[in-house]
Amino acid sequence: MSAGEGVDSGPATGTGELLDSLGPRFEGLEPRPTTDHPATRCRAEFIRPLLKTLRDEYGYLMLMDVTAVDWDEESPRFTVFYHLLNPKTAQYARVSVDCLDDDEPEVPSVVSLFAAAEWHERETYDMFGIRFTDHPDLRRILMWEGYPYFPLRKEFPLAGIETELPDSEVGEATEAKVLPAPMMGGPFVAQSGQPMSASEPRGRDESWTEHHHRPEDFDALEGPEQPETLEDRSGDKPRIED
Amino acid sequence: MKQNGTELGYNSKVEGDVVVTKADAVINWVRSHSVWPMPMGLACCAIELMGASASRFDIARFGMEVMRFSPRQSDCMIVAGTVTYKMAPAVRRIYDQMAEPKWVVAMGACASTGGMYRSYATMQGVDHVVPVDVYISGCPPRPEALLDGMMRLQEKIRTEHSSRELLGGREEQMKLRA
Repeated sequence: MSAGEGVDSGPATGTGELLDSLGPRFEGLEPRPTTDHPATRCRAEFIRPLLKTLRDEYGYLMLMDVTAVDWDEESPRFTVFYHLLNPKTAQYARVSVDCLDDDEPEVPSVVSLFAAAEWHERETYDMFGIRFTDHPDLRRILMWEGYPYFPLRKEFPLAGIETELPDSEVGEATEAKVLPAPMMGGPFVAQSGQPMSASEPRGRDESWTEHHHRPEDFDALEGPEQPETLEDRSGDKPRIED
Repeated sequence: MKQNGTELGYNSKVEGDVVVTKADAVINWVRSHSVWPMPMGLACCAIELMGASASRFDIARFGMEVMRFSPRQSDCMIVAGTVTYKMAPAVRRIYDQMAEPKWVVAMGACASTGGMYRSYATMQGVDHVVPVDVYISGCPPRPEALLDGMMRLQEKIRTEHSSRELLGGREEQMKLRA
């Protein structure tokens, strides 16, 4: 997605007007493709002054959301998004900041401007591993302290990765572990005969429940075990009876 | 009243002032009719649990109306809702704090198997950390289903070797369970 394409196509979003007045004051401010609200891309060092200006001079008093996107292979890999609301005009604005470092992403915290950012930034840190510098209390908020992964990163499987329970005593007493969830038959796995579109979310079944081959695997299988496994499979798979 | 082959009824004409029965039958009868649940409400199942204890469904009919929020005062943990991995150790610790004898009911799909939450964050069934006596299906189960599950728990309690467990000491108890 290159900047400028699709800006203000369709319904008027007001990106142009906002940028006309803000552009000269903040270097590197670019429009983002958008179909709803004014959206701009901002450099990390300007995010605090920009949000302060939007809050104090443009009436965007409310920080609705802070979140991030993992672009996977692309660089910059992580983009942090801020959604602001002007309660008087009921206008939203979207500001995005690209994290320069793909391996250790970092963005200045805006907690000093919006108290609401505190938990949003903690959540974004928890899920994506983006560090917010100068955050007063940057701990995990959903997962437990000491969890070794960032679950919303693209390389993290939906089923999860085996690791220890948050409480090692309980883990020892019960021999329970954090295990990958069974994906087979779940809501995010394509069933045979029911193709999913490429845009739908999907999980790969990496669970202990998948002892059996999928139908398409049998075409590739060779050797005498083929009929046996086919029979095994028929008894175990949940089926819809006609 | 016939229960597990043990006559619990009392006929004064036949027996006079003496009631003869088994210790197991008496202890189990007492235990099964005064289960004090500990509502481990973790998600929407807890709402149905509340419904079950209110007047329309009236869990008091089974002697279970005394919901205690302290594990020290209760003997049946009703796990009502999604158990996340973050919560699971807390569930286990609360279970450990309950005095014996104690039972666990996994209410609903999430507590039983993880339900629809097949993800990195959700424990796939609370039985990974605590021993479950009764599983109740449903998402969430209706109060009737909970009541049915609790009645099955009562039936289960009535089959236990309570007197041997009480008098026989811990080792024998463990042997019995193994």
